[in-house]
Formats: sequence, C-alpha cells, structure tokens
Amino acid sequence: MFLKHKVVLALAALALASPAFASEQHPTAAELESELVCPICDSTLDTSNAEIARRMKAFIRVRIAAGDTKSEIKGKLVDQFGQGVLAVPPRQGFDWLAWLLPLAGIGVATVAVGSLAWGWSRSRSPAETAEEPALDPDVERRLDRELDRFE
Amino acid sequence: MTSRVRLGGQILAVGVVAALLGLLVWKVAKGDDNSVTSSLAEGRTAAAPDFTLAKLDGDGELALESLRGKAVVLNFWASWCGPCKDETPLLQRSWKRWQDRGVVFVGVDVKDFRGDARSFLRRFGVTYPNVYDGKGSTVGRYGVTGFPETYFIDARGRVVYRIAGPVDEASELDEGIERALAAA
Repeated sequence: MFLKHKVVLALAALALASPAFASEQHPTAAELESELVCPICDSTLDTSNAEIARRMKAFIRVRIAAGDTKSEIKGKLVDQFGQGVLAVPPRQGFDWLAWLLPLAGIGVATVAVGSLAWGWSRSRSPAETAEEPALDPDVERRLDRELDRFE
Repeated sequence: MTSRVRLGGQILAVGVVAALLGLLVWKVAKGDDNSVTSSLAEGRTAAAPDFTLAKLDGDGELALESLRGKAVVLNFWASWCGPCKDETPLLQRSWKRWQDRGVVFVGVDVKDFRGDARSFLRRFGVTYPNVYDGKGSTVGRYGVTGFPETYFIDARGRVVYRIAGPVDEASELDEGIERALAAA
C-alpha cells in the first residue's frame, strides 16, 4: 500500500515536471515571445511590432533552431538588454521581493481584515444583548395570554 | 485585545500614508529625470551625466569624463532606427571636418544587439568612437525622447544644445558645435 502511494506520487511529479522540462529544453518561439519584453515599448514581444521586437523575434527563432534552451536564449537577451527584457522577474536575489511582497501584502490584508471582523463581532454582540430593553410586565402578561390561546 | 488590534491597524495605516507621502516628497525634491532636456528647454545649460561604457569599435571602455576639455557631440542611435541610417553619413562627414579642431564625436548605441550595431558602423564606415548601452542606462539621465538624438557638450562638461530627431543638414551640427566651442 505504501509503495503504491510512492509510485502514484512519483508519476504525478513526473507528469507535472515533464512539460516544464520539455519547455526548457525545446522552447517554442510563441512562449518565449510572451515571456520577453520589447525594450523600447515595454510590451511583450508577441504584442509588439516595433523594429527591435521584430529583430528579437528573429534572434529567438535562430537560437531555437541552433538548439539553445529557454534559459540560454533568455540569458543571451538579458546580456544584451538587461533584466528589463524579462516579463516576470527571476526568482533570485533581490528580485525575490517582487514575488514575496504581493504575497506578504495579501497575508497582512487577510490578517488585518480578519482581526477587524473578529474584534467588531466581539465588541458588538454583548453590547447589543445588554442593551435590549426588558418587556413591560403588562405587555408580557398580554403576550402570555395570547400565546396560551394557541396552545 | 481588540483595542490593541485597532491601535496596531491605525499605526500601520498612518505608517503607510507617511511612507507614501515621503516617497512623493522625495520624488518632487529629486525632480524630473530628464534634467538635461528640461534645463535646455528653460534656456539653461546642464552638467552632462557621466558614463563609462564599453566601446563598440574596439577594446576597452570610454568614460565621458575623459573627454573633458574638448567639445563633444554625443549622438544616441540604434541600428534598428530608420532615421539613424539617414543621418549617420552626415555625422561621419562632419566628424571628418571637425576632428582636427578639438571636437570629439561619440555615438551611444542604445537598446540594440551588439552584432547589429557593429554591422551598422561597418556599413556606414563610421570612424568616430561608439559605445554600447544595451540596457539604455543613459537614456533617462539625458532625457532622450527618441532616436536619434544629439547633445552638444562644451569643454567644461556642460550640455549646451540638443537636437531631437535626425540631423538633416550639416549646418545644424555646425551650430551645435560652435555653441559648444563658444561656451568653453
């Protein structure tokens, strides 16, 4: 049973890893063009028709034909134009902040909203129950009589 | 406990607002990045932002500061830029005319492939020094608005004149050079 779980996990990991591996080893021009930015128009290459974007697309096709991996092609373009050509920042060094800050922001916002909601509900419930006015004894007697008629 | 949470939230909110205000003040105090362009537009000269960049047409680097004492014609270009192809022969001819009179022409190739840039220089027979700025680090500091763009720097390192767009006539270059020479 334990071995079966291991095999299933290994197969699942393999199924997830193989497309990423294939993409790294044999990238397509379309995926690279969507992951790289035209340095003068700040839009991805696939949506840019600028002269430099066309030149970069041609470069990508040449490098794919030469058998370069995705990382190698990106590395060559970063070497020429800087990190700014990457549509998403790499997960390394200072650039980790670009990934971590939004997550930290979501976390802080969740905790803040949760705390406020919790505090609000706690402060409101006892006060409301405490402030409920008691029924007038006459009204209460009439209410009891009316209720008795339905029994 | 609840009041502490509320207080913490208020302190956080005030902190965020203060940080944003600080950023705004810093940005206003720092001024626009295009200080050279805006100074020239107001009729003032501006210190030429220094740079040290790799040469395209040989080994080593070129520092703008090393040209202090000479008038400099600084031309921003790229091989993919159509108007740059039109003006480069004119720049080369002007360089030939002015090089013996203490004037230096420097090309800054921006956001370009090095190989394409070298082919461009060979194709047009450019002999004045050119540097490579693939990342475009100089663009913001000079306030370059497009390509090509040409700045004229006097011997003290002050930008005295600028031509946005392609240079069509040698006389336009001559005017900028004469201003740079006169200012020194």
